[in-house]
Amino acid sequence: MKVVSRASIVAFLLVLALLVWVGSSIYRAGYTTGVGVPREQPIPFSHEHHVSGLGISCEYCHVSVTEASFAGIPPTYTCMTCHSQIWNTSPMLAAVRTSAATGKPLTWIRVHDLPDFTYFNHSIHVNKGVGCETCHGPVDRMPLTWRVNTLFMSWCLECHRAPEKFIRPREEVFTMNWKAAGTEEGKELVKKYGIAVQQLSDCSICHR
Amino acid sequence: MSQRLIHSIVVSGLVLLLSGCHLDMYDQPKNPPLTSNAFSSDSSSARPLPEGVVARGHARTDELLYTGKTQGKFSVFFPFPVTERVLRRGQDRFNTFCSPCHGRLGDGNGMIVQRGFPRPRSFHNDTLRAEPPGYYFDVITNGFGRMYSYAASVKPEDRWAIIAYIRALQLSRRVPVETLSPDERALLIRNNP
Repeated sequence: MKVVSRASIVAFLLVLALLVWVGSSIYRAGYTTGVGVPREQPIPFSHEHHVSGLGISCEYCHVSVTEASFAGIPPTYTCMTCHSQIWNTSPMLAAVRTSAATGKPLTWIRVHDLPDFTYFNHSIHVNKGVGCETCHGPVDRMPLTWRVNTLFMSWCLECHRAPEKFIRPREEVFTMNWKAAGTEEGKELVKKYGIAVQQLSDCSICHR
Repeated sequence: MSQRLIHSIVVSGLVLLLSGCHLDMYDQPKNPPLTSNAFSSDSSSARPLPEGVVARGHARTDELLYTGKTQGKFSVFFPFPVTERVLRRGQDRFNTFCSPCHGRLGDGNGMIVQRGFPRPRSFHNDTLRAEPPGYYFDVITNGFGRMYSYAASVKPEDRWAIIAYIRALQLSRRVPVETLSPDERALLIRNNP
């Protein structure tokens, strides 16, 4: 009898561990986090085409990225700057034209959605040398946009604890496929840009 | 092993599983930028300023800086001195916002033009070279022909920086080699073997 009860306790613990493992796997899977899953949009907008194919800079559309918390989603007007003349009868862009005609904004589906209890500001990151691709990945090769990072707090902290491993010169922030020359440069940039590493993992940096 | 211990293990296990549920504080009832809101007629949470409203400290009283005009005429002057920093900023903004159509050289053969957008005039033609800076400011601000306004994307100071850079591009085509210093000439030869 004692053996049976011992065995059942062990079995119960094993099942519990299995459940925790399955739970955390689901929690970290692309299915839950959206990592690697192209997001369906009202218009199949291709960053790959506009960035790699045409050479349009990130800032052309995301105009407030160096100055505001929000990088900015372009208004329909920005789309129409070119698409009033080219591809202006394409059925694919019918929704853009409707939006331009009615003044009703397009409803894009968010790809990167941070929880509302975190304070995040694009401008400080961009101005301190965090490249677009550091967080957003190779957007210039995404026909439809997806997330390459989980946006878990542990992921944020990887950089907040050791920014020298991730930052680049300000001039290279919008560069895609940038490679660091060496490990020393990052340390110099941390000093040069006045990044207070010891404060970066304070709770109130992100939760305020 | 006591009943109590088993209970606490079970409960803490279940609590761990619950850590994936985060809806209340995760999606708070507030409007972050550019969210939708059924309350507005255009379904956007962002509200434009009512007509005629000027935010404190944002009155645009400087006619030259904000319209490119002095006493209603296109200005031949810049509202601030053109330094190297201004030119570099202008180059950066030009390459970002103008080069898709006007091309990096300003000759009107940018990538979007190559893909079918009507070709704009070259900045190097005599008509455009003769236009005062204020004219360019007006075009960037209000658009011209098929070109839409860039007032929402490019700030007034940056528009002037772009104009300064366009002037530099225009100058670059017509400088007699004899007027260059030996150093500049060496640089020219090095960059154009």
